Amino acid sequence: MTALSVRGLCVSYDGTPAVADAALDLDEGRVLAVLGPSGCGKSTLLRAVAGLEPATGTVCWHGEDLAATPTHRRGFALMFQDGQLFPSLTVARNVGYPLRIRRTPRAEAGARVAELLDLVGLAGFGDRLPATLSGGERQRVALARALAASPRLLLLDEPLSALDAGLRQRLAVDLRRILLAAGTTAVMVTHDHEEAFAVADDLAVMRAGRIVQSGPIAAVWRAPADPETALFLGYARVLDGPAASRLLFAAGLPEAPAVALRRSALTVVADGPLTGTVTEVRTTPGQLRLVVRTDAGDVDAVASLDRRVGPGDAVDLAVDATRMAALAGPSERAERTLD
Amino acid sequence: MTQTRRLVALAATAVVPLVVLGLFFVLPVSGMVGRGFVHGGRLDVGGVADVLARPEIRRAVWFTVWTSTVATVLALVLGLPAAYVLHRVAIPGRTWLRAFLVVPFVLPTVVVGVAFELLIGEGGPVAFLGLDGGPVAIVAGLVFFNASVVIRVVGGAWESLDPRPGEAAAALGASPRQVLRDVTLPTLRPAIVSAATVVFLFCATAFGIVLTLGGLRYSSVETQIYLLTTNLLDLQGAAALSILQLLVVTALLLAAARARRTPDAAVAHSQARLRRPTGADAPALVATFLLLVLVAGPIASLVVASLRNDGAWSLANYRALQTSGAHQALLVPVTDAVVNSLRIAVDATWMSLLLGLAVATVVTRRSRTRSERRLRAVLDGLFMLPLGVSAVTLGFGFLITLGRPPLELRDSPALIPIAQALVALPLVVRVLVPVLGGIDDRLRQAAATLGASPTRALLVVDLPVIWKPLLAAAGFAFACSLGEFGATSFLVRDDRPTLPVVIFRLISHPGDLDYGMALAASVILGATTAAVMLVVERLRVPSVGTF
Amino acid sequence: MGSPRARRRTSARAGAGAVLALALAGCSLVGSDNSPEAAKDVVLVTHDSFVLPKTVIAQFERESGYHLVVHASGDGGTLTNKLVLTQGDPTGDVAFGVDNTFASRALDAGVFAASDVPLPAGAQKYVLPGDDGRLAPIDNGNVCVNIDTVWFSDHHVAPPRSLDDLVKPAYNGLIAVPGATTSSTGLAFLLATIGKYGDGWVDWWSKLVAGGATITDGWTQAYETDFTQGGGHGKDPIVVSYDSSPAFTVPKGSHASTTKALLDTCFQQVEYAGVLAGAADPEGAKAFVQFLLGPSVQKALPDAMYVFPVRSGTPLPPAWAKYAVQPSHPYDVSPADISAHREAWLRQWSDIVSR
Repeated sequence: MTALSVRGLCVSYDGTPAVADAALDLDEGRVLAVLGPSGCGKSTLLRAVAGLEPATGTVCWHGEDLAATPTHRRGFALMFQDGQLFPSLTVARNVGYPLRIRRTPRAEAGARVAELLDLVGLAGFGDRLPATLSGGERQRVALARALAASPRLLLLDEPLSALDAGLRQRLAVDLRRILLAAGTTAVMVTHDHEEAFAVADDLAVMRAGRIVQSGPIAAVWRAPADPETALFLGYARVLDGPAASRLLFAAGLPEAPAVALRRSALTVVADGPLTGTVTEVRTTPGQLRLVVRTDAGDVDAVASLDRRVGPGDAVDLAVDATRMAALAGPSERAERTLD
Repeated sequence: MTQTRRLVALAATAVVPLVVLGLFFVLPVSGMVGRGFVHGGRLDVGGVADVLARPEIRRAVWFTVWTSTVATVLALVLGLPAAYVLHRVAIPGRTWLRAFLVVPFVLPTVVVGVAFELLIGEGGPVAFLGLDGGPVAIVAGLVFFNASVVIRVVGGAWESLDPRPGEAAAALGASPRQVLRDVTLPTLRPAIVSAATVVFLFCATAFGIVLTLGGLRYSSVETQIYLLTTNLLDLQGAAALSILQLLVVTALLLAAARARRTPDAAVAHSQARLRRPTGADAPALVATFLLLVLVAGPIASLVVASLRNDGAWSLANYRALQTSGAHQALLVPVTDAVVNSLRIAVDATWMSLLLGLAVATVVTRRSRTRSERRLRAVLDGLFMLPLGVSAVTLGFGFLITLGRPPLELRDSPALIPIAQALVALPLVVRVLVPVLGGIDDRLRQAAATLGASPTRALLVVDLPVIWKPLLAAAGFAFACSLGEFGATSFLVRDDRPTLPVVIFRLISHPGDLDYGMALAASVILGATTAAVMLVVERLRVPSVGTF
Repeated sequence: MGSPRARRRTSARAGAGAVLALALAGCSLVGSDNSPEAAKDVVLVTHDSFVLPKTVIAQFERESGYHLVVHASGDGGTLTNKLVLTQGDPTGDVAFGVDNTFASRALDAGVFAASDVPLPAGAQKYVLPGDDGRLAPIDNGNVCVNIDTVWFSDHHVAPPRSLDDLVKPAYNGLIAVPGATTSSTGLAFLLATIGKYGDGWVDWWSKLVAGGATITDGWTQAYETDFTQGGGHGKDPIVVSYDSSPAFTVPKGSHASTTKALLDTCFQQVEYAGVLAGAADPEGAKAFVQFLLGPSVQKALPDAMYVFPVRSGTPLPPAWAKYAVQPSHPYDVSPADISAHREAWLRQWSDIVSR
């Protein structure tokens, strides 16, 4: 059943639109990731849902229009990128703050705080002050505090982006576990597709203030709406024209104007449908990453570590149809995203 | 939450301070100025303009400009090194020195005049300098008054200055002097410009100092307004000068706002460790010492004179404070006036805090549009205006505009604390604005999304940050109110006088005892002020007094 | 949802509103009025030299049933201008302290209402020409040059005797004069010089200023700070003060004053009281004017305000009888002349001293 429904949402600053005509639907108990590059308006969208930005359009919860409901009565907890813990309160009092606002009896609130701190892996941190915590610990406290509000909807604004890579991956897994355990309906904003995959059920891709595609995460992943979306979702390269036709044919897929390839879509094998010359080799812990010049142009490929290939070697490539996506439109900017 | 709703909420917050400012400042001042523009029942703008061409007015304007400029420069020259020494160098008794240096700022000008005369007049310890009655004495008096402003404003910023850019420059081979020139002073520029602006304003509107120390040989714009209003009843001339004053004040405030636009260094929460004094600090230490002498000299002579009676050391002047003076110069004993002053100061303090908080809140909330931002800047400037308007204009304005129904407030006992609260308001606002502005708005939003109403969010987010500066602002407002004389003297009832009013009355009556009592009462006033400021110092709020 | 919260919010707003209302109502520490509610207030507007002994004020309150409230600020000039500016909407019921140098301005502006208080013997000669029972003369005094006789004998300098003497090189840098534009004492002294020299006053003042006279803003500064016999023991042995001043400089146990008024340098000041037009309580105002003319106030005037009573037969304090000598022929400028030229003279004077 649709819990959150956003229609025609627009936010502008001094006449410059930050969010244009955004629409979202989210079912009870599911987690939606809004994915987009920095500056695309995704945080503004989230803040508008929370009632922190003046916006036109409608934000409904179970059919009730929230235009007249101020932030503090929406029951939507927002967790900020940098936590925004109250610096003068201890960890336990930060987490217990929403409970105090609701006048929860002291004993009950204490138990709930302990339970939440345990849930985020910070049991025993209750008496510490925010200033003494590491970045990851602070985000966990912020999460526990947001959950303590028993929000109808949890809004997460880049909750993990301030953390270093390893911690980010671990916390993403934790976050998924915690959200599932709490059965929370949540919207998370992120610029990191891996984070989105790790945490969310549904995905909305946003670019330049507009939502360009949304749906269950696997569906969006399988069929990006356009080349840019594909690149943002982690596809390594988009080919179009004859090169696209050549690859689709090699994969045994029907003809399409363009095709997006993951890095691992092409693998060096002894005998494959595609041949080419290695131009670059880079060793990573798990595999060799190559750039191969084929008759379909330059493509990315991988090889297992035991294959001895070097620049100038001729290789055969196998094509994995599950690691590529046919696109409707031709690529406008066929450039490489980060790994 | 829609745009309109936000604006309505902000307007509601701004409305009380605006109404108070409108009723007790804009209305009286425009009432007075308005009388000057209406000549023979007709609006006469040309006549007002003609006033500015009169030679004596031109002389007064020139005198005001040059003395204020020189005094501002000197206050900076002495105040900047002192700000450094008292806020960055580990010298013994810093806190006490800082509290002491603020005392002149809140002493009534009558007292300052007497104190200086005791020092530089015939028979005084430095009479040989021949400064009495000259412009040098006036400038010295202005510096005496205002150096503390520089110390407060710049010292606060200097104290919280991040030392690392300076260290980086030093690591690149910059000498201490180059670090000062290339890193430190540019970073402090907003604070320095702010301080200079406010000092210039205070100097340009100084009244008692110019009159008591310069006699009538030197007239400034402010003394001309006084003369034209109280003696010649030339309201047209007074109006012309008031307008001129307002224009200059507005221009200066605009310049100050421009300088403030760079994020104020005071907001950065960095507490540098104090350094031990080294040889390189010698010039700064010397300047600080000079300033101390300049401040301590008149104050010491005041204290000494208050302890002399009939050529001998005695506490007679202090004991006499329980009486109404020789020849009953007063209706009530001085001790009553002390109590009165304290009570009025309490009222003025909470009023100015309430108003100041509302103004600071409105001014610091994040703006959504450029026009909203501009509106807030205008509000910010508006509440600074009382700094630059003549007490005579305001006092007479009260009398002529607040006497008729529905505004029959002239005789209300609340009018005195309200008037004093308005005088203290600019100070309170300038203390609170950097602090409130430094709070991340998202912290309030976090509270809101957790279910906290705006009031509750205030409690958990703003209160922990603001309470110390609020107490500090309270100290300032209290001290300001204690020392206020100009507007109070127009409104006060003789059976409920304030301390400065009593001091003035005692000094206006012949007889050694009354004179001694006036000195003793001045010492009490100064000591009370210093005590209040010492408490403020103990609170250790870095941005206190940041204009 | 929301209803309990909404209630809480409403109560918070009500609380804030209450605080605000208290603030606006001035329900403050000073707001509590301690004056006896039974007595009606009569409000006196005066200058800040107004002083009467408490016993005398108590007598007025007892006899008349009124409670006296005093609003005092500024000098006689400020007082007059305050009255003119609030004409018709006065800040009190009765005014005291407008003197003969400013009275015409107040009368022309219609500040005072006719009260026709009966005058005691001796007062009639001070009534302003052309006044129809509006201003009652209360006291008089002469502004005269005072000298420190001790200083002159100690320094073996012959003391000055007249206005002519004061501009001689021998007395250069020895005199302190309150400003004519900022004090009524100073204005009276300016009028003395105008009375003596006519248009020649400009020359006389130019010489005085060139000779290094100290021009102060008020009597206080001149006498208390600059005069050698004042509280501040200043540097000038000559000062512009009052004919009564020598009575206050008699050292304890001595029988001679250390100062002397030069009786050939004086201008007479008369202070008036009157009922204000538009007074809330004209009856009370009238009662107070009458009381000022009565024996109690008249007798208290010398000690309280250093002025002479107008009522014939009022006994003077012993020190006054002995040391305060009144000039027999002070210089005179007619009220009509003062009224016509005051502003011009003051501007000209201001020009001379601030050049």
